[in-house]
Amino acid sequence: MRVTSPASKNKINFQFENHTYEGLEGDSIAAALLANGVRTLRYSDQSGEPRGIYCGIGHCYECRVYLEELGEIRSCITPIQEGMVLYCGGRRDGDGG
Amino acid sequence: MEVDVAVIGGGPAGLKAAIEIASRGGKVVVLDENEAFGGKLLAQLHKEPTENKWWNGKEVALQLMEEAVSHGVLLVSGVQVWGLEKGWSVYISDTLNRPLPSTIIHSKAILLATGATEKPLPIPGWTLPGVMTIGAAQVLLHVYNVKPGQKVLIVGLDVLSLSVAQSLLLAGVDVKGIVLSAHKELNEQQSNILAGLAKLSTIRHLAPNRMLRWCGFLLKFSPIQFLVAYFFPKKGLRIAGIPIVLKKALVSIEGNESVEYVKLASLDSFGNRIEGSETSIPIDAVCLSGGLTPLSELAAIAGCKFVRLDGLSGTVALHNSFLETTADHIFVAGNITGIESAKVAMAQGILAGKSICAKLSIGNVSNQELGSAIEHVKSTRVQSKFQFHSNIREAREQMEAHWNLEMTERRPT
Repeated sequence: MRVTSPASKNKINFQFENHTYEGLEGDSIAAALLANGVRTLRYSDQSGEPRGIYCGIGHCYECRVYLEELGEIRSCITPIQEGMVLYCGGRRDGDGG
Repeated sequence: MEVDVAVIGGGPAGLKAAIEIASRGGKVVVLDENEAFGGKLLAQLHKEPTENKWWNGKEVALQLMEEAVSHGVLLVSGVQVWGLEKGWSVYISDTLNRPLPSTIIHSKAILLATGATEKPLPIPGWTLPGVMTIGAAQVLLHVYNVKPGQKVLIVGLDVLSLSVAQSLLLAGVDVKGIVLSAHKELNEQQSNILAGLAKLSTIRHLAPNRMLRWCGFLLKFSPIQFLVAYFFPKKGLRIAGIPIVLKKALVSIEGNESVEYVKLASLDSFGNRIEGSETSIPIDAVCLSGGLTPLSELAAIAGCKFVRLDGLSGTVALHNSFLETTADHIFVAGNITGIESAKVAMAQGILAGKSICAKLSIGNVSNQELGSAIEHVKSTRVQSKFQFHSNIREAREQMEAHWNLEMTERRPT
């Protein structure tokens, strides 16, 4: 669902929930996932409802995903990096389950 | 780290202020929680209403950054400010939880240039993936070239929603229309047809032709509003290719894993729901425009006094014409002072920079220079066609009156 795909931008591969996706250099995690048709970024801790991008500017924390080694981050303001391993945000226990 | 000034927020206001301070020899650091500097400039791409050229926010941001760096401004991105202690101590942490070499910045003065956030439109189903703010849609589209969806409904009628609707159309998105919320009790008459028409009059400068602009002007007057409400087409009126639908309103957003459809109810000429009139239309993204409001959390933490001014979009930190707040050595600039355009934000940034220099005796800032900077903000405001508030000038005057009252009350008797 991208408007244009500039040929000049480098492609970056990253993982989300054990799937590999391709994004463009400079994409935020949330934007790259949306470009790939992925809207659900986490499930609510309390109700289990699916949640995605809401404010888009890093204020609401609705878009939080889990980045290996660094924990919960805001996917709307974090750029994708080659080889990033991400999971849905939400309560994580020790073994990442 | 020890600096003269810590600027919190690396948008147009913050960057301009930092350039002013650094050019006079002040040590200044600009902090932003995003990776890139420029704030909301990065999401702005539109044709200027008066001139025949495009405003390319990304380019403007790049220019400001280069200018800042060339003057010796310290730019630190990916860092968020979570605390302020008088003196001042600025407590920071890394946006990505990485360890920082230092977690406190000591500075003599602080400029809060944190911009704005969106007021919520809590419609049933609003937490579904695919429902986002109009600002999020603007960021996705202009910063990342990603469409929020393929069949989009926009809720809320204002300068921003109309502008983003136009961008979405250009991007090949099927914009189903702009509607208002059917839930009167949630928002300041959002669902009232008359309020919607009054809104149309404030964005009339965006109307594509003279006739519509005149209609927009006439809509300011209530008797005409009643007439128009009565005759307003059920399917909506097309403005710049976008259906503005005022006789149907959004009841709820539905779907399992994400937005699948929306329920709309028909309204009578007075904005009341017509029983049994609900229809459903397939939609995959909803952009909610509840209006912008200053992002004032740090001003509250710093102990600033606030005033409520609807003409500035809510509760705003009380400040004087030199952009100084009631908290010692804390200044404000940009949308945190009230919602206006990027150009006004930049003019305020210049003023704040000079003001802070005067306060800290950095360089030689004369009263005349400060006076000119104040005039520059006012003239930039007058030239601005994109106004979020029709009464911005009166609101600014009210702010000044509040400040004078506050200063009078503080004087020892």
